[in-house]
Amino acid sequence: MRLQKNTLLALYSALEFAANPERQVAASEIARKYRVSPHHLAKVLRTLGRAGLVGAVRGVGGGYRFAGNAKRLTLMDVIGLFEDISAPRRASAKGARRRTEAGASAAPHEVEDALGVVLAEIDEIAKATFSSITLATMLKLVERRRSRDG
Amino acid sequence: MIYRKKSTDARAGEGALRVRGAQLSDLGQVIEIDAGITGLRKTAYWAEIMQRYGSGRRQRFFLVADLGGRIEGFVIGEVRDWEFGSPPCGWVFAISVRPDARLGGVGTRLLEAISASFRKLGVSKLRTMLSRDNNLILSFFRSQGMMAAPFIPLEKDLD
Repeated sequence: MRLQKNTLLALYSALEFAANPERQVAASEIARKYRVSPHHLAKVLRTLGRAGLVGAVRGVGGGYRFAGNAKRLTLMDVIGLFEDISAPRRASAKGARRRTEAGASAAPHEVEDALGVVLAEIDEIAKATFSSITLATMLKLVERRRSRDG
Repeated sequence: MIYRKKSTDARAGEGALRVRGAQLSDLGQVIEIDAGITGLRKTAYWAEIMQRYGSGRRQRFFLVADLGGRIEGFVIGEVRDWEFGSPPCGWVFAISVRPDARLGGVGTRLLEAISASFRKLGVSKLRTMLSRDNNLILSFFRSQGMMAAPFIPLEKDLD
């Protein structure tokens, strides 16, 4: 499973904000930390802002502040703002749907449909995983790994 | 989904939450909790579970969270040995907390208690399996540090 760059950046940002909910974090700080352009990050933060996950604080020393509930907000909630990882698989073309005689090799649509079932299974598992992990749980995981590696 | 701040705090004056082995007299409340959540009153099933997992059973645990006589939740599990070559592990197959007692650590206490029971038997791995649609319980287990196991559940229709 590969998430798009914007989605990953949104997850990094949401976790940064959720880790310090009382603190205003400047977009430039996150951009530096994750080595992305501030312009690119600004677009991501606007989407998070529109969804009510972060609030912009204007003025000198302004930035963004977490506005969600880290114990309720899941990775899927963030991912869903940027991409659909559970889009229905493309059905094979109707014109190609001819009945295959027994013993004949499989028609292209039959192979595509069978592969689609397997890919849909993977999508469903990925979706369930992302939906079950909240930002708070993710922050605990980061902490546990840091303790283990430290 | 929105949960009200649990009422367990409000009932703190009624005594501390105690996790203990389930007794026959708890069964009515356990059935009530389960029926309230699942919509099914499975009296015969729970009587059977009590018989198989009630206090004193080797490698099997049926624990309840008792707050001044009110059962707030329960957990059931057992040690499973060498399934498909897997070394013994602690297996949790049911955990439930009254909706009005959630978000107050009851589930965490129950899971800690059954984990301690498994540890005493020399088990160092905790496992469970549940529907991937069951986001509430999945999120709970995730919050307790559980990750995907190196197994894949499979099924098929038996024609």
